[in-house]
Amino acid sequence: METIKNAWRKSWVGYLFLTPWILGILAFTMIPMGASLYFSFTRYDMFTSPEWIGLGNYIALFQDEKWKNSVTVTLTYVFLGVPLQLLFALTIATLLNKGIAGLRFYRAIYYVPSLFGGSVAIAILWRQIFGGSGLINNVLDYFGIQGINWISTPSTALYTLIILMIWQFGASMVIFLAGLKQVPMDLYESAKIDGAGFMKQFTSITLPLITPVVFFNLVMGIISAFQAFTPAYIVSGGTGGPLDSTLFYTLYLYQKGFTHFQMGYASAMAWILLLAISFVTALIFVSSKKWVFYQE
Amino acid sequence: METSKEIYTQLNSPIQKQIRRRRATKKFFIHFFIILFGIIMLYPLLWMVSSSFKVPTEIFTSVSFFPTEATLDNYTTGWAGVSGVTFGRFFLNTFFIVSVAIIGNIISCSMAAYAFARLRFSFKPFLFAIMLITLMLPFHVTIIPQYIIFNQLDWVNTFYPLTLPKFFAVEGFFIFLMVQFMRGIPRELEQAAEIDGCGPIRTYWYLMLPLSLPAIVTTTIFTFIWTWNDFFSQLLYLSNINLYTVALGLRMFLDAAGQSAWGPMFAMSTLSLIPLFLVFVFFQKFLIEGITAGGVKG
Repeated sequence: METIKNAWRKSWVGYLFLTPWILGILAFTMIPMGASLYFSFTRYDMFTSPEWIGLGNYIALFQDEKWKNSVTVTLTYVFLGVPLQLLFALTIATLLNKGIAGLRFYRAIYYVPSLFGGSVAIAILWRQIFGGSGLINNVLDYFGIQGINWISTPSTALYTLIILMIWQFGASMVIFLAGLKQVPMDLYESAKIDGAGFMKQFTSITLPLITPVVFFNLVMGIISAFQAFTPAYIVSGGTGGPLDSTLFYTLYLYQKGFTHFQMGYASAMAWILLLAISFVTALIFVSSKKWVFYQE
Repeated sequence: METSKEIYTQLNSPIQKQIRRRRATKKFFIHFFIILFGIIMLYPLLWMVSSSFKVPTEIFTSVSFFPTEATLDNYTTGWAGVSGVTFGRFFLNTFFIVSVAIIGNIISCSMAAYAFARLRFSFKPFLFAIMLITLMLPFHVTIIPQYIIFNQLDWVNTFYPLTLPKFFAVEGFFIFLMVQFMRGIPRELEQAAEIDGCGPIRTYWYLMLPLSLPAIVTTTIFTFIWTWNDFFSQLLYLSNINLYTVALGLRMFLDAAGQSAWGPMFAMSTLSLIPLFLVFVFFQKFLIEGITAGGVKG
């Protein structure tokens, strides 16, 4: 009893300051998470009370062709878009890190797209640029090439969104630049004396030393790409079309939950999304022991 | 004198000259490539801005940057909005939500950060770990019950679902950011305050908060950007046009006017990006620091 009292005497100020956070995490995270896990085992339309159906939603999911398609679309978006985005970020960061004048200016220029990129305004712009009589086709026309409507062609629509993601490489580039600055210059000096060329220097000095930054960017990029919503919603007008080719996982979840009011089904989708993100993140963490090098 | 002359002749030896020239060419090509690629990257944006001053037919036919005759018609048509509600209303609504979110985040996240960075209490490592895990959590696992709760409270079509949670430190990133910052503040200052009779509450208010100003500025900026760019939760909770934000206004514009109104749409899109651009221009340092804070140390 005395020890509890003592602990409380020492702790109460800490908990006083934590009160908003604790209330918040209970009300907006813990309890909703529990509720959505429960809903995922029920049929629930928000107007009548939830009806327990066990694994029914999960079984239905794996038989739902539209769901499977949304998984494919999202995985393509994530695993094609994120690596390409990082490739661009690292390439430009490496060039900027060569001690050229105007670094801050260039960095700012390249950062702007990732500041704007998530907005509705840019998604609208994208819809015009890649549309039938959009900017891209006007440029192609100038060279005498007849372009297609990239947005309404099922085989190209998703790639316009992947290009939009790559276009926003600025934030990861800024992080890469900060990482590159920490690579000791004398390593390059000695490598030069040993006759190592640019590519050799890059693969045996730069790349190994910035693997922690690559790791960070990869994890963050993948987590956020899995949750992308705005571009697909705006560019496809909320449908995920044409022919569901841009039906992102989160967009399908939104349709199921908030236009069809299948709350149970949407909750099951949310939990699978959580599991998928955790699984991929865990995989990268485990593999990182093999390819991420921390300087002591 | 002799040596400096020697160095001078060495510096001007043909080989040295060649090396220097080669270096200069290399630098030139790097600059050339970076500028060229930068122009390609920014061209869509610049084109949108210039198109917002073009007459509608020109948007579809012209790749050119400069409008043949500049007009403000797109801005006046766009600003008028849809069914009598102007973009002025949408901007006011967005600024209101953003301001409240900023106040909420600063108060609640700095309180939690002070506790984590400086105070002793039981289960601290455990609670800190929970905070870090919530950073990675996709919000989809909580959004449905949250919606149901707000719906039952009759708060759908109010600003509460978008603002109230911010007063409960729901954005762990800012707690993390401020914890990192507060850990760097010298402890001697607090010890001095303690000797002068300051308790933890006054220490927080008079010492830690003012000293954490850079972290507070970063929090303000990122809250601004994220709330401004937010679409999902606004789409979810606001369906009354009088409560629409800029993002929702643009979306509705797109639905209502369709492909026919690219001019006004570009005009309003451009306007919607101006606040972000201003933040970028005036607070670039904090932006870059905020982005790198997690990346390099982590």
